[in-house]
Amino acid sequence: MQEHKTQTVVGLFVIIVIAALVFLAFKVSGLTSLASEHTYTVTADFNNIGGLKIRAPVRISGVTVGTVTDIKLDPVTFNAIVTIDINDSQNQVPIDTSASIFTEGLLGANYVNLTPGYQNKFLTDGGQIKSTKSALILENLIGQLLFNAKK
Amino acid sequence: MLTMVQSLGRISIGWLQEIGASFLILLGALLRKPRPLKGLSLIIDQLYAVGVLSLVIIVVSAAFIGMVVALQGYNTLVKFGASSELGPLVALSVARELGPVVAALLFAGRAGSALTAEIALMKATDQLAGMSMMAVDPLKRIIAPRFWAGFLSLPMLTIIFDAVAIYSAFLVGVKWLGLDNGIFWSNMQATVNFYGDIINGVIKSVVFGFFVTWIAVYQGYQSEPTSEGMAAATTRTVVYASLMILGLDFILTTMMMGSW
Repeated sequence: MQEHKTQTVVGLFVIIVIAALVFLAFKVSGLTSLASEHTYTVTADFNNIGGLKIRAPVRISGVTVGTVTDIKLDPVTFNAIVTIDINDSQNQVPIDTSASIFTEGLLGANYVNLTPGYQNKFLTDGGQIKSTKSALILENLIGQLLFNAKK
Repeated sequence: MLTMVQSLGRISIGWLQEIGASFLILLGALLRKPRPLKGLSLIIDQLYAVGVLSLVIIVVSAAFIGMVVALQGYNTLVKFGASSELGPLVALSVARELGPVVAALLFAGRAGSALTAEIALMKATDQLAGMSMMAVDPLKRIIAPRFWAGFLSLPMLTIIFDAVAIYSAFLVGVKWLGLDNGIFWSNMQATVNFYGDIINGVIKSVVFGFFVTWIAVYQGYQSEPTSEGMAAATTRTVVYASLMILGLDFILTTMMMGSW
């Protein structure tokens, strides 16, 4: 009898642990599914990526559709090659979509914004986004402003 | 001069011998072939003594730590108009650092010292010697189930600690200080990564659980069979385990920082 009671209490303990883990997974970290969503990969060349980092979000109209998975420097053109994973649910992104690097708020982190184009062909795995706009670098802006003011 | 060198050598040899002995006990306890059913029921008994009985102190301290972090964080964040970031602040500090470390320190004080005292008393009253006389291996019958129970309990207690602390921070932040419920949770969900933050915290507690139980079991098994020896062994368990937790936490944090 005593042994059964111990086993029951330990069983309850394990159930509480599982409940706490579920709470942490879904309520605290906002996990929607345990398997990561299928994605396809496209690349984009930028002149300057500013403070963009790996794992930064990729958004269309403010909705997150993917993440930045890799940032490399092209040895010939010295452009930054940004590799982007887009969720498979968004598989009808037009091929003439343009990518730009925006900042969240005044001091926030950088993210990639995609502005969809109008063509009926769609981006596929391994595709490249041709039209890109670099990040706005505050120092460059101030420099231009001072230069214009002098003139 | 020579005596100084000599005493340094003696201390070093003593240290090495102690580390070697503790490895032998660990290997002895882990490498024995366990009997499937009997071994499991021994572990379950120890899970009750080590894990379930530590639950009260873990839950109470988690609740108060969550509430205090929420209050302190709110007080500072509101000066910058950033009180919407209270959720991420609490969740990240609890899941990454406070949960694993505080739970492990409490566990070393509550369960580690009890394990050491129990084993040391068995040794002082010749129960361990009596067992080996009856061809029952004390490493297998006494040490192994206690080690496994402690190793399994601490990660489970840490998960409960995290959940209770975050929920009590929610009670203070949303129900008392009047932050918006949706903003609190959605900012938290946008910032906290399940694998990078919560699972890494649990990995920390797995490492802590291993070392705390190992130290506790070893100190009990190697204690002098006197009442002073018992007292010294219990003290050493708490001190060594706490220092080990804090030192390992620094190393593990530097290793995990890349994924944040």
